[in-house]
Amino acid sequence: MDVTDPRRFFLERFGLSAAALDSVLGTALERRADHAECFFEFRVNQTASLEEGVVKKATRNVSQGVGVRVLAGTRTGYAYSDEVSLERLEIAARTARFIADERSDNPSLPVPSGPRAPHDLYALAEPPIDTPLTDEIALLQRLDAAARAADPAITNVLAGLGIEHRVVLVVNSAGVFVGDVRPLIHLSVTCIAERGTNRQQGTYGGGGRLPFSALTDGRAERFAREAARQALTNLDAIDAPAGTMTVVLGPGWPGILLHEAIGHGLEGDFNRKRVSAFTDRIGTRVASELCTVVDDGTIPLRRGSLNVDDEGTPTSRTILIEKGILRGYLQDRLNASLMGMPLTGNGRRESFAHMPMPRMTNTFMLAGEDAPEDILRSVDRGLYAVSFGGGQVDITSGKFVFSASEAYLIEGGKLGRPVKGATLIGNGPDVLQRISRVGGDLQLDEGIGTCGKDGQSVPVGVGLPTVRIDGLTVGGTQA
Amino acid sequence: MDLRDLAADLVARACAAGARAADALVGESEGLSVAVRLGEVDRLKRARQRRAGLRVIVGDSTAIVSTADLSPPALDALAREACALARATAPDPHAGLPDPADLAREQPDLDLYDAAVEELEPPAAIARAREAEAAALAFAPEVTNSEGAEFGGDGGQVAYASSLGFAGAYSGTHWGLSVSPVASRNGTMQRDSWYTAHRKLDALDAPASVGREAARRAVRRLGARRVPTGEYPVVFDPETAASLLRHLAGAIAGPALYRRVSFLLGKLGEAIASPHVTIEDDPLRPAGSGSRPFDGEGVASRRLAVVDAGVLRSYLLDAYSARRLGLPPTGHAARGFGDAPGAAPTNFFLAPGPHTPEAIVASVDAGLYVTELIGFGVNGVTGDYSRGAAGLWIERGELGYPVEEITIAGNLLAMFRGIVMVGDDLVFRHAIAAPTLKVERMTVAGA
Repeated sequence: MDVTDPRRFFLERFGLSAAALDSVLGTALERRADHAECFFEFRVNQTASLEEGVVKKATRNVSQGVGVRVLAGTRTGYAYSDEVSLERLEIAARTARFIADERSDNPSLPVPSGPRAPHDLYALAEPPIDTPLTDEIALLQRLDAAARAADPAITNVLAGLGIEHRVVLVVNSAGVFVGDVRPLIHLSVTCIAERGTNRQQGTYGGGGRLPFSALTDGRAERFAREAARQALTNLDAIDAPAGTMTVVLGPGWPGILLHEAIGHGLEGDFNRKRVSAFTDRIGTRVASELCTVVDDGTIPLRRGSLNVDDEGTPTSRTILIEKGILRGYLQDRLNASLMGMPLTGNGRRESFAHMPMPRMTNTFMLAGEDAPEDILRSVDRGLYAVSFGGGQVDITSGKFVFSASEAYLIEGGKLGRPVKGATLIGNGPDVLQRISRVGGDLQLDEGIGTCGKDGQSVPVGVGLPTVRIDGLTVGGTQA
Repeated sequence: MDLRDLAADLVARACAAGARAADALVGESEGLSVAVRLGEVDRLKRARQRRAGLRVIVGDSTAIVSTADLSPPALDALAREACALARATAPDPHAGLPDPADLAREQPDLDLYDAAVEELEPPAAIARAREAEAAALAFAPEVTNSEGAEFGGDGGQVAYASSLGFAGAYSGTHWGLSVSPVASRNGTMQRDSWYTAHRKLDALDAPASVGREAARRAVRRLGARRVPTGEYPVVFDPETAASLLRHLAGAIAGPALYRRVSFLLGKLGEAIASPHVTIEDDPLRPAGSGSRPFDGEGVASRRLAVVDAGVLRSYLLDAYSARRLGLPPTGHAARGFGDAPGAAPTNFFLAPGPHTPEAIVASVDAGLYVTELIGFGVNGVTGDYSRGAAGLWIERGELGYPVEEITIAGNLLAMFRGIVMVGDDLVFRHAIAAPTLKVERMTVAGA
């Protein structure tokens, strides 16, 4: 099966022609619609999971389908089916255009897609989906051995390898006819450490739009040792403090701060509807002048990167905050058009069963000038957090949380004892204004992030240099 | 072919391809949802899905596959692929289907389907969403904006068959209406939402009442502030109390136990909650959101006492985790199309107590009434708990000013043991439901 050309792949697979698709788009556009689109998807997900030292389960899931979308003013009509035929497409087109039938305003001009060509960020000579299961199992076994070798207190290792192969095709009434083949691998490992009745876990992982060989160069074993180290560290953790204090975030994955505190609030849909805490704040100060934050979907091989978004728009590097000043929003076609702003290539969807929305890709803060050790040394009492679980934000009030899974007290400028996980809570438009030091050590995360919005999950990346935040609420138990 | 025959056919293909045992899940559903914002239609979505999932056991090795392509050649390929995958995985002596003696002999009709879904058309759906949002916008002058109102219904059928000869199917519908208004005052905004959901269209709350409640919740958050860090009693409203039950359900699910990643490991027969706490799981509740006649492996469903006056009486088990733990299965196998069964609750609820919610609030001199929790700060291995919260501050027994940007923290075991009052206001708004609960003491972190 040749999937290097998504156009030919889908047309052959479903017995369709470019002329037939034109006719479907014509049906969808009939009456008074602004825009019509077909989104085809074929996806294979393969997993192998290890527990108790062996891989005793493997899964393989194949899904395919088409979603037909019609835009008319602020309205969206969407119909999808996992049965793909010309007849189904015509039915879907007639269903989706319902919303255009009763509109009161006039059709608007289509948004120009711009001259940009799709990127070529992850063409892999050996697609990871072709990896023999036996190789995957061998990798997981090596990982298990590395974790258990770390310390006899490691009593169980749970690991999962997921490989995805996703082929998409976007055909729309603005003339876009573009496909993308998106490989994705993901490896995660959880170690359980036990000492008496004290039982703790540590979790680590990573991946990206990478060949399987990227995991076999020692990376899997490194993930295992890191998860084991975290579990062992947590065995010694004391109760976390409670209250407002100075917090230093380590580089890399703690960039989830940006994702929650400002990223979601800068998505076009919330701002078009004026329900974001950042509504109308473009050009105003939302962060200290040390902060420049970008969303960049064009970094080769990254988990959050895309050649084109799920509306066929090439991704880009969008400056969200420049030296503390809010500069831009993340857009999909609907919201860019309604707000009169340029497309940024952030229209993403979980699958053909979902409508696209403005979503982040890889969101990170540019490096500053401080040495990370100087930043730590500058804090008399506070918290140093290096690893996090998930986060969440209330777009409208701006309040966000993210949960530390590995953190230490800072005492007299030095690292103190590890503390139990605690949720950190803050206010999006305010927290970046409290950033007083930015390190020169920008790191992107290992490739583990999944963002959820309105019930849709998409892979994303984050990044951060070491930063000092003067005053963030730490939700421990020690008042 | 009907779905039950399709599932049985898929099992037969798997056995022909070399499986010692196999089971299959086949489902199809159709649905319509609409969203209205500021009175205008915002989104309309029609869904149509079919899917088949197959588990095979070859020797003692397991694999799971799924597809949306239900043509005979695709199903043959699926069966062969599953067996090939299984041959590569490690044998596991506990792998396999349930003991035939545990299978459901009867498949009760639980009244889960509402034929009105077949007649659902956009105009009627739009009208309901519009009515709900209009009621929210008209509730108070502070309600100035809206994220919209959404109404939807879907219906479908799911069939399960296994090489033990079991075959069953049932149909079900889901209806839901939600409203998310935005209130503003002095340049600050607050959003909240309210919803109604049921198997039966006629059992939904009236659209206008859902809209008004959503608006009431948004308006009462205006002017929210932080409170000083300290230890206080915490009262959970029924929605947030239900989230505590979800954490508990996760910790008594078989897979979490045999993997040793649960803070309730080894606690069967012990007091894990205060004597005021009784928790049950009832898969046979008529028209219940979480009801079903048999579990994801064909095992009979029955009502189960999970926590009896604080004492943990049962875990929630699928066949595999039951064998691993040396216990009988409880009929809680839950599965999607593409993965092996896990264990999950059905209609899982904390039994109502003697206190009105007003009496519970009145018992608190200074403390927190929680109406919203955000974030993922719950450690299932240790029970350590730390989440972002919003709600109202209780002063001298009365609900006072709104609070936000605070966290509440503790340990789930201590929190369940610290439940000192249970409300009489249990309503099944969801499959997992709880009345108002008061936890004696937690750490609130704020200013």
